[in-house]
Amino acid sequence: MSAVAAQYDALQALGVEVFSVSVDSHFVHKIWNDEELSKMVDGGVRFHMLSDQAGNIGRAYGVYDDQQGIELRGRFIIDPDGVVQAMEVMTPPVGRKLAETVRQVQAFQHVRATGGKEATPAGWEPGKPTLKPGPDLVGKVWKVWNPSME
Amino acid sequence: MEEQEASCSRVSGAVPEAPVESQQAPPESAAHKEVPRMVARVGQKAPDFAAPAYYRGGFTNVKLSDYAGKWVMLCFYPGDFTFV
Repeated sequence: MSAVAAQYDALQALGVEVFSVSVDSHFVHKIWNDEELSKMVDGGVRFHMLSDQAGNIGRAYGVYDDQQGIELRGRFIIDPDGVVQAMEVMTPPVGRKLAETVRQVQAFQHVRATGGKEATPAGWEPGKPTLKPGPDLVGKVWKVWNPSME
Repeated sequence: MEEQEASCSRVSGAVPEAPVESQQAPPESAAHKEVPRMVARVGQKAPDFAAPAYYRGGFTNVKLSDYAGKWVMLCFYPGDFTFV
């Protein structure tokens, strides 16, 4: 979670509100922040750390594991209309790469800003060419994009 | 965002009840009382929820629908004091 906290400024700059969720109580979140996370990231965790002790939210998002009584490592990007645009769910031992979340938010924000007229090819980052789907692009993507441009 | 009192009651995140399709449901539907919980899918509305939270030294209550109009990143993780 300290990795998310370290990217908090980058996410805030994009206008993204961050919520972490686990089955621990909000009291335990406080002690975890005070005793450990604040020693890993300057200022500690500055986003809301939510408590879902009964797993209700985790079930609604398909990440609650009732065999273990935990929530899997699930990450969801929700747009301003409240629509889920992206999700990633991993088993516990492998951590996330937050830079990829930042990239995806930038891509979804770009698509939204164009009213869906542009799409972002694989590995797109701001400044790189986008695709403008339409009759003229059918079978002609090779003219404007290839994987070496990722 | 209101400040929450710290109390001894065990509070948890909650999801609003699934909307009832029709008030005059046919009798045979009584056998299917178990309403399937909404499960998040891309391209679909994110399930709303409310949960107690720790936030910058205090305790608050967070409701997802209060953040309509904003981008939100929701990060679930296995537990505090785990290693990854």
